[in-house]
Amino acid sequence: MATVELRFSALPEHVRTARLVAAAVARRAGVDEAVLDEVRLAVGEACTRAVGLHLSNGVEAPVRVTLTEEEKKFSIEVGDESPTSAALVSGSHPEMDDEAEGEDEMGLAVISGLVDDVEVTSSESGGVIRMSWPTSPQPLVS
Amino acid sequence: MDLSLSTRTVDDRTVVEVGGEIDVYTAPKLREQLVELVNDGNYHLVVDMEGVDFLDSTGLGVLVGGLKRVRAHEGSLRLVCNQERILKIFRITGLTKVFPIHTSVEDAVAATD
Repeated sequence: MATVELRFSALPEHVRTARLVAAAVARRAGVDEAVLDEVRLAVGEACTRAVGLHLSNGVEAPVRVTLTEEEKKFSIEVGDESPTSAALVSGSHPEMDDEAEGEDEMGLAVISGLVDDVEVTSSESGGVIRMSWPTSPQPLVS
Repeated sequence: MDLSLSTRTVDDRTVVEVGGEIDVYTAPKLREQLVELVNDGNYHLVVDMEGVDFLDSTGLGVLVGGLKRVRAHEGSLRLVCNQERILKIFRITGLTKVFPIHTSVEDAVAATD
């Protein structure tokens, strides 16, 4: 079961909230302080991408973020419900003529550059970006 | 934390000082500012990122868009940044090869190619 689950309307202004929540839960889970910036950035990129997909496809469902504390790792899943998620992952257009599309590509580039353990899957009902980070064994609470 | 923007002219360069968080919500504000500067004939821009706390790919996209616009007028877009966590984002996306990145505004203003 997820430690914390978040659903938010697919609007740009809520992406920051998702970043802050993810970083707070990651810190509690024992993710190294030095890595928290990466968690914040990666979850922001994943949420930005999901928001963009929902907005451009008129999907009214919320974006889902699940934050799960496991034994030795901390996992984040960001799920969208956009049917074109699959097409966007495979059909790439590296040129920057369309800035929005370029940003989507760059978002995935940032995620894969930052996170060692990352998996992007998609189906007709939407896409999921799964990421995880190792946690330190001792609890932070004294 | 919102985005703060201020511009000033140093020699023939326009320095845009950016502060706060550049993300999907705030990036349009930065895009507007850059577009406006270029439309007003400012083709040599220096974007000072020292006050930026957070930058994501949306922000990178806006900077690339700005670069495209000034290059159309044979201009330049230089960045000022010393923060490791921001520089890292430019490195992993390969954009360190695209943008000249300087350690100070003075350095960026003085730079020619």
